Amino acid sequence: MTKFQFPESIRSRPVYGTLEPRPGKAHLMIADAEGAEALLDLATREARLFAQGHIIYIPKTTGETYTQRLRDLGPAQFHVGPTYEASVPRIRRVLSDAHMGLQVYLAGTEGLMGQAQNEAMQAGIPHSAIQTEHRGSVARRMQCVHCKGITEDVVTDPFVCSHCGLNLFVRDHYSRRLAAFQGVCIDAEDPGNLPDPVELYT
Amino acid sequence: MTIQFNTETFRDDYSFRNSDWAIKRFPFPFHEDSYMYSVNMEQHRGGPEGSVYEKRFDVDEHYVSEMQDRAIVLADDPLRCQSLPHMTLAGWDTLELIMVSKSEDYPDLFELHRDGNRWRWINKPMGIDHTFTFLDETTLPCGPLEYITRQAQGDYAVLDQRGDMLYMDAGMVTTQADWSLDFDIGMDFFEWHAPVPLAHEMGIFKRALKFLLNIQQGAPARRLNWTMTVNPLLDTSPENYHKWGIQKTSLTPENIGAKQHLRVELQTFYRLPRSNALLFPIRCYLIAFQDLVRIPKWGRRLHRVVRDLPDELATYKGFIANRPLMLDYLGRHDDGLPTSPGVWPDLDSEPPLQTQNDARSR
Amino acid sequence: MSAAPQKARAGAEKIDVIVSAVVPLNELVTRFEFTRADDKAFPPFSAGAHTVVEMRDGDRLRLNPYSLMSDPADSSQYAISVRRDDAGRGGSLFMHRSVKVGDRMKISYPVNLFPLDLRGRKHVFLAGGIGITPFMAMIAHLERMGGAWELHYACRNEALGTYVDQLTSRYPNKVHVYFDDRNQAIALEDLLDGQPLGTHVYVCGPKGMIDWVHATAAAHGWPDENVHSEEFLAPQPGKPFEVRLCRSDITIQVGESESLLEAMERCGVDAPFLCRGGACGQCETDVIEADGTFVHRDHWLDDEDHTSGKKIMPCVSRFVGKSLVLDR
Repeated sequence: MTKFQFPESIRSRPVYGTLEPRPGKAHLMIADAEGAEALLDLATREARLFAQGHIIYIPKTTGETYTQRLRDLGPAQFHVGPTYEASVPRIRRVLSDAHMGLQVYLAGTEGLMGQAQNEAMQAGIPHSAIQTEHRGSVARRMQCVHCKGITEDVVTDPFVCSHCGLNLFVRDHYSRRLAAFQGVCIDAEDPGNLPDPVELYT
Repeated sequence: MTIQFNTETFRDDYSFRNSDWAIKRFPFPFHEDSYMYSVNMEQHRGGPEGSVYEKRFDVDEHYVSEMQDRAIVLADDPLRCQSLPHMTLAGWDTLELIMVSKSEDYPDLFELHRDGNRWRWINKPMGIDHTFTFLDETTLPCGPLEYITRQAQGDYAVLDQRGDMLYMDAGMVTTQADWSLDFDIGMDFFEWHAPVPLAHEMGIFKRALKFLLNIQQGAPARRLNWTMTVNPLLDTSPENYHKWGIQKTSLTPENIGAKQHLRVELQTFYRLPRSNALLFPIRCYLIAFQDLVRIPKWGRRLHRVVRDLPDELATYKGFIANRPLMLDYLGRHDDGLPTSPGVWPDLDSEPPLQTQNDARSR
Repeated sequence: MSAAPQKARAGAEKIDVIVSAVVPLNELVTRFEFTRADDKAFPPFSAGAHTVVEMRDGDRLRLNPYSLMSDPADSSQYAISVRRDDAGRGGSLFMHRSVKVGDRMKISYPVNLFPLDLRGRKHVFLAGGIGITPFMAMIAHLERMGGAWELHYACRNEALGTYVDQLTSRYPNKVHVYFDDRNQAIALEDLLDGQPLGTHVYVCGPKGMIDWVHATAAAHGWPDENVHSEEFLAPQPGKPFEVRLCRSDITIQVGESESLLEAMERCGVDAPFLCRGGACGQCETDVIEADGTFVHRDHWLDDEDHTSGKKIMPCVSRFVGKSLVLDR
């Protein structure tokens, strides 16, 4: 079970859907880890998409679990990258050449979807036209509002900023431009008085 | 009148003071003895002489000091002023609106001489005399939005309008009530208001958005908003919250009158002509409790508003922990007499505060 | 908040103007140019904006929206181009027959319901007939700002090709004209194919053309946000009906050839409006009670609102039935 139903939250918090086939001459699919399952599910709805599909997949800790099954979908292009960062030049290259009508499908962790969505937006696709489906970890990409540093894969609240070392609490306020949630100093009014970290969504 | 500009600070030694003139014209935000969210929009077409509503962009005794404080903030953190690439035209619209308004409304302080696109701008209080080419960024030291809002009090959010939605796509934000432009830039109207409690459920933002989308060229609007700030600190930013948050714990019964400030935002809304964007100036006015209670009606009313405010709002506005102290202080300035309707001080008609002795002798 | 509440007046602010030129362009279309009566500069406007022109036609006040088609950077004049509609309600006929150089008129401040998306990497304009007018201003704007654009313009025939000569001679590589009488048609599918990411399409023309562009773009995977259209509806005549306006405490009759909004104005009710064409939402009115059928024609309310019987847009929509009570 890799699907997680996020509780209802404030309006800036992204809401993820279920990938559905859409008309278009080209289909760019970017996924990490269990996000592969969302692409496999998409293929059960419309396998023909993949003939014009370009899959960029980052397995993270899932290793070889999904790669062969994704390859078997028969995408026109298939790329397995070691990290999201390593795949960014490729994503930018693909988007720079793309035409209106390109469909973008993102699946997996919030950090991956947020960053890839940002690349597609920069290329001129409105965010509302980019499909997303959450799978796997509920870890968050957090921006420290104080030093502006990004801490990846945050799983507890509060947490320590990996750049400036402040103790930050995890807000649901989310910036698409930064592809990050907001972290704010938790002990500013009572320095040193920290609650015990709690795992997110437990 | 000629304005005497104060020499004062909004940080460190906090030498900010309001003159008697500034106290009497303070934009007190409560028209009755209680407060709840409302869209409370009205046209921005002037107001009583001398009031903060009279001019399109109010200039007061704090002008020069506020601009110095803004320069300090920007030197420390340039991300406080940002403009997404498609908003440059809206920046020029903003520059034009402020220069035209200020030169017409304060001809003794500001002058604008236009010869086609060749413009000469004179800002006497700040000692600026600059000739540039309108719509040519290379003739300004920085972008048009930053250039003009370094010379205009208040924060400025510039909202792009697309498909029945407003997007916060540019701004100059250094005197904010705890929100980050750097974080919020690019968000839609509902997203940047997401952290506000209760108002979404009440449908406030839906109604406000509908109103704002229909604001037309030549017909600006305004409303007030408010919060509380300990010390006259203009830059209550999330960015620096780890530095200033501790000040909220510094209140004592002895210093609260001087330290605790009511913070009022005069928000105005202008449709910008060339870009069709919406300019949203947010002008911040601060007043110490001890100055505010010199207007008896305001002292009575503020006590009742703070006392009866729902906890969610007191939490959101960041003063729930200090509310008991505030009520102790304000309660001494509320004798229970009724207050006249409306926001004005009504010094001539409202009775002075009745002390307990007065009450006994009656 | 501050002084005594100031009541907003209906419609946008007005400008007193003098007709400075009347230029017939062809059998059906005439351009009207205005200067300000007070000799001041016109406010700048954003390309795609319209103005509402007030026409004093005898006892009758006509208010029609027209796209501003002059160069937005030219603050010395505003210009509109009006197509004569012989079967219409008479506004365009009045403009063509009665408006002369030197006449004083009132027009509204610009209102833009069809703006350029300034984020666009490229702008593709699709015009049908008189739908060319907003694009004249958009093209002037983009030429000044160095924006990328192309125009595809369908006209009935060469004689009715308003501004065709001017456009093709100035921008021979960007303007493509299609004449119906030569069986030329916009090859929309080819045109949508291969546009770079960040391209926006704008269509102004008859309803059929607008629907065709939206449907074709969607079928080719274009996001809705990148497809823009503007269609002003003219109020259609219909059976007379009676309306009770409960806030104003009067009962009024809506005549066959006037809109509900016009009938309210005729009876002195200050009802809000901006576009008068079913698009802006400003005149939205709550229904208190209705026994009959609504004839909704606006683009503003959604289907749910239309079937609810709780709301009506008096600028273009009508009512058939026994009784109607509105909150106005």
